[in-house]
Amino acid sequence: MSADCEAAVTPAALEVAATRNACKLCTPLGACVAFAGVEGSRTVLHGSQGCATYIRRYMISHFKEPIDIASSSFAEETTIFGGRDNLLKSLANVTRQYHPAMIGIATTCLAETIGEDPAMHLRGLPDDGLVSAPIVHVSTPSYCGSHADGYVAAVRAMVAQLAERGSPAEHVNLFAPMCSPADLRYLKEIVREFQLPHTLLPDYSETLDGTTWREYHLIPPGGTKVDDIRRTGSARASIEFTHVASASETGAAWLEEACSVPRHRLSPPIGVRKTDELFHTLESITGRCTPAPHAAERGRLLDSLVDGHKYVSGRRAAVVGDEDLVIGLAVFLAELGITPVVCGSGGSSGRLRTAVKSEIPDKAAEIAVCQASDYLEIEEEVRSRRPDLIVGSSKAYGLARKLNVPLIRVGFPIHDRIDGNRTLHFGYRGAQQLFDRIANALIESKQDSSTVGYAYM
Amino acid sequence: MSAPTTDTATPVTPNESIDAAGVRKKMLENYPAKTRRKREKQIIVNEKQLDADGAKVLPVIAANTRTAPGIITQRGCCYAGCKGVILGPTRDIVNITHGPVGCGYYSWLTRRNQTHAPTDEHDNFITYCFTTDMEEENIIFGGEKKLSQAIQEAYDLFHPKAIAVFSTCPVGLIGDDVHQVALSMKEKLGINIFGFSCEGYKGVSQSAGHHIANNQIFKHVIGENDKPRGRWAVNLMGEYNIGGDSFLIEDLFRRCGIDLVATFSGNSTYDQFANSHMAKLNCVMCHRSINYVADMIEKKYGVPWIKVNFIGATATAKSLRKIADFFQDDKLSENVERVIGEEYPAVAAAQKKYRPRCTGKKAMLFVGGSRAHHYQELFSELGMETVAAGYEFGHRDDYEGRRVIPSIKVDADSRNIEEMNVQPDPDKFRPEGPEMARKAEQRGYRFHDYDGLMIDMKEQTLIIDDISQYETERLIEAIRPDVFCAGIKEKYAVQKMGVPCKQLHSYDYGGPYAAFQGAVNFYAEIDRMVNARIWSHIPAPWDEISPVKEVSE
Ligand code: SF4
Ligand code: SF4
Repeated sequence: MSADCEAAVTPAALEVAATRNACKLCTPLGACVAFAGVEGSRTVLHGSQGCATYIRRYMISHFKEPIDIASSSFAEETTIFGGRDNLLKSLANVTRQYHPAMIGIATTCLAETIGEDPAMHLRGLPDDGLVSAPIVHVSTPSYCGSHADGYVAAVRAMVAQLAERGSPAEHVNLFAPMCSPADLRYLKEIVREFQLPHTLLPDYSETLDGTTWREYHLIPPGGTKVDDIRRTGSARASIEFTHVASASETGAAWLEEACSVPRHRLSPPIGVRKTDELFHTLESITGRCTPAPHAAERGRLLDSLVDGHKYVSGRRAAVVGDEDLVIGLAVFLAELGITPVVCGSGGSSGRLRTAVKSEIPDKAAEIAVCQASDYLEIEEEVRSRRPDLIVGSSKAYGLARKLNVPLIRVGFPIHDRIDGNRTLHFGYRGAQQLFDRIANALIESKQDSSTVGYAYM
Repeated sequence: MSAPTTDTATPVTPNESIDAAGVRKKMLENYPAKTRRKREKQIIVNEKQLDADGAKVLPVIAANTRTAPGIITQRGCCYAGCKGVILGPTRDIVNITHGPVGCGYYSWLTRRNQTHAPTDEHDNFITYCFTTDMEEENIIFGGEKKLSQAIQEAYDLFHPKAIAVFSTCPVGLIGDDVHQVALSMKEKLGINIFGFSCEGYKGVSQSAGHHIANNQIFKHVIGENDKPRGRWAVNLMGEYNIGGDSFLIEDLFRRCGIDLVATFSGNSTYDQFANSHMAKLNCVMCHRSINYVADMIEKKYGVPWIKVNFIGATATAKSLRKIADFFQDDKLSENVERVIGEEYPAVAAAQKKYRPRCTGKKAMLFVGGSRAHHYQELFSELGMETVAAGYEFGHRDDYEGRRVIPSIKVDADSRNIEEMNVQPDPDKFRPEGPEMARKAEQRGYRFHDYDGLMIDMKEQTLIIDDISQYETERLIEAIRPDVFCAGIKEKYAVQKMGVPCKQLHSYDYGGPYAAFQGAVNFYAEIDRMVNARIWSHIPAPWDEISPVKEVSE
């Protein structure tokens, strides 16, 4: 791993070759999450079957929902003769079983290594009308980038391959970074209450966090409609939420360029200030005031911060995970008076350090940023900076356990708790939940380590 | 209730609760002709047929064949079977995945194989996941240099006894020679370092990886340490300590005075493997994943092997007695009876409590290469019936018994997995092994005695190899079982259909389920699942009579 930690602490880390406890997942996983947010979609991973199984298992252990990902199942001889037949066969089998409304194809490392080109293979689709669903393909070698990049690439591929140019309509496009189904649900709620017609892409708020079913569905209900993806090209604007995605490589960037859809680039709405920015933007786009329930939600959040910030202020935290999430959370922690003394990610956009330091200028000197890092590098920083808590995914548990500090589980993957898909990070409501969890965890660890069994504060 | 005796009768009564042939037809009807022809051979009604000589024989099932592209399978890859399953549970070998980041990440601490180092000073690398995390330039220019460096770093960090290197798909393609890198680093660092060519595309499932892992462990580790062992020395093979199963079996062995040299590979260490050829008997739990090593140790060192099963109270008692029977030592038999006697009251009490609550209910098991068979013991102890079962990566012998091995056709996918040619070791072969085995056979004792899953299942049940997600759904629709056993990938789809799903890979954070105490845990768990009341809360009041609708109508 070409590590990039604060050089002052671990100069040696810069030359480390191995990744020791990775802090990123592989690229096609992100594409699978994105495709899962399209109504009636099925995903085929082009390559060996093991990748599909691993990725499926990983997603399922987090989302706790049925998730089917097919594979074109390369055999040893496929690596010699190429994967065309396997791909076409897999499309036919997927179609016969599931009659999907869209098929997403993402490549795995093996397919990329032998130079597979799904677009070319697709030209060989027999015109017997069997495979009639629109097909979106995206190149996702894991040896370049991480799951976060795969997610962005798949979203871009969907608009680039499906969107149709048209005269501007009323709706806006919303592009969120990889987040929880609860975040997406809440985002839609906000926009709906501004009475703003919108297309959220992807929208896995139902597909990856569903209800009980009265009858069995071959494909989980919900998701962005394929027609709505087509209509992203005629939206009046796109709003994309990201700090780190390359400004030229997102779905919104493509729409701006190819379909002249104006783009607003906002930070993911995490914490007070960043959520304020979202509401401000929505007010200016719609010309409406923030709906009263949301204003009240903000009011209650601030009221609780006034009452409770003394329990958290002055504390130190380590934040680990996807870059966009880490930046958002670091900014929010700083709002609470908690210094995010270590910010770490396996993501390699190269923008994490600049973003964190410029967003939190008054504490910049106290923050160690580990970009393109693994957990062992992050651990070195964490050990020397001794945070009071860690904010990260289940994969940070080992670290929290070694340091004997609470872990606030956020992001992906959360596979040792039951609420990964319901964890809310966005908006005033997400900030409220995070604040409550953080404050309570700190209070609890103080209470637990007290010699007096007090039950009052 | 008294302790069980060893002779359990094979069930002969046909199962009458399902229309197996009808369900089979339904499962196959939507497939295109070619896929249907393939699946017809893998979806079988368990029904003895007359062979050419007029004898009743089990039906033939196709197994260990490639899953068609686009069919959503439970199966993983060769790498997963090699690194994740066989080597994963060993605590003091540093495992390095040579490949891009995902393969290693997904096999990092996801199998709930537990380990217990005696002290903090003992090596335990289970929580670490090393990968070369190959980047584009490694794919283009080769990754051997990065691999050497990663081995060096792992060595510098931990000074382990051994380092294992696992190849993923891209590595095979770009032609990195992991064995050569391992060898030169072994010479340089003076510790044991070995590689596995377990690229995911090899074989058709994890099974290929098991075989490759067996071969390399046999080649590079077993036989390295000749420390003599006790008179009742055994290895436990194919037990991976999921949820702490091995801990319970270890405890039984200890109380019986059985000297457990090595477990392959639950709660295991490098030194145990190195010394394992000094055991007197190999006891095989999961036949699929480990029979290769058992065979090879027998050929090279003269240690015979038997099939055991510690899932189910009756099976556990039977297996302990079988071990004692091999050694023909009254003292050991006495110990074994004492331990069974100590354990049995709790089992009997639990059966009395749970059996009436579970009896007559239906189970389905689709998992692994042995669990779909072993766990039927526990269900029958609860009075439950297994109406359909199958393996994710079993071979024909796991279904039909080892007697069919000579007639198994090896297809192109399996031909590339090395079959090692093993000869008796001139110095280390111990002739007393085969001698003891010969004597035992004379009194009717059986070695290599795996008769497969089919013979233990009732007639007119369904046997399905490599069941797909789509078929799983059709099967459940047709027969609504009371519990479905599979893994996390199937769990939530099954539960959406209103059927509880018990994970037999990870145990849903539960377990242990092995041995006597494990059986008691399992009874309680299954009772909790099949008698859960949560399902009754699902219909909302407005699903039935909606006040709103009534007003508006
Ligand atoms: S080969 Fe690539 S796509 Fe497959 S699991 Fe490994 S990193 Fe992920
Ligand atoms: S790339 Fe190959 S080794 Fe890695 S998970 Fe996929 S199938 Fe398995």
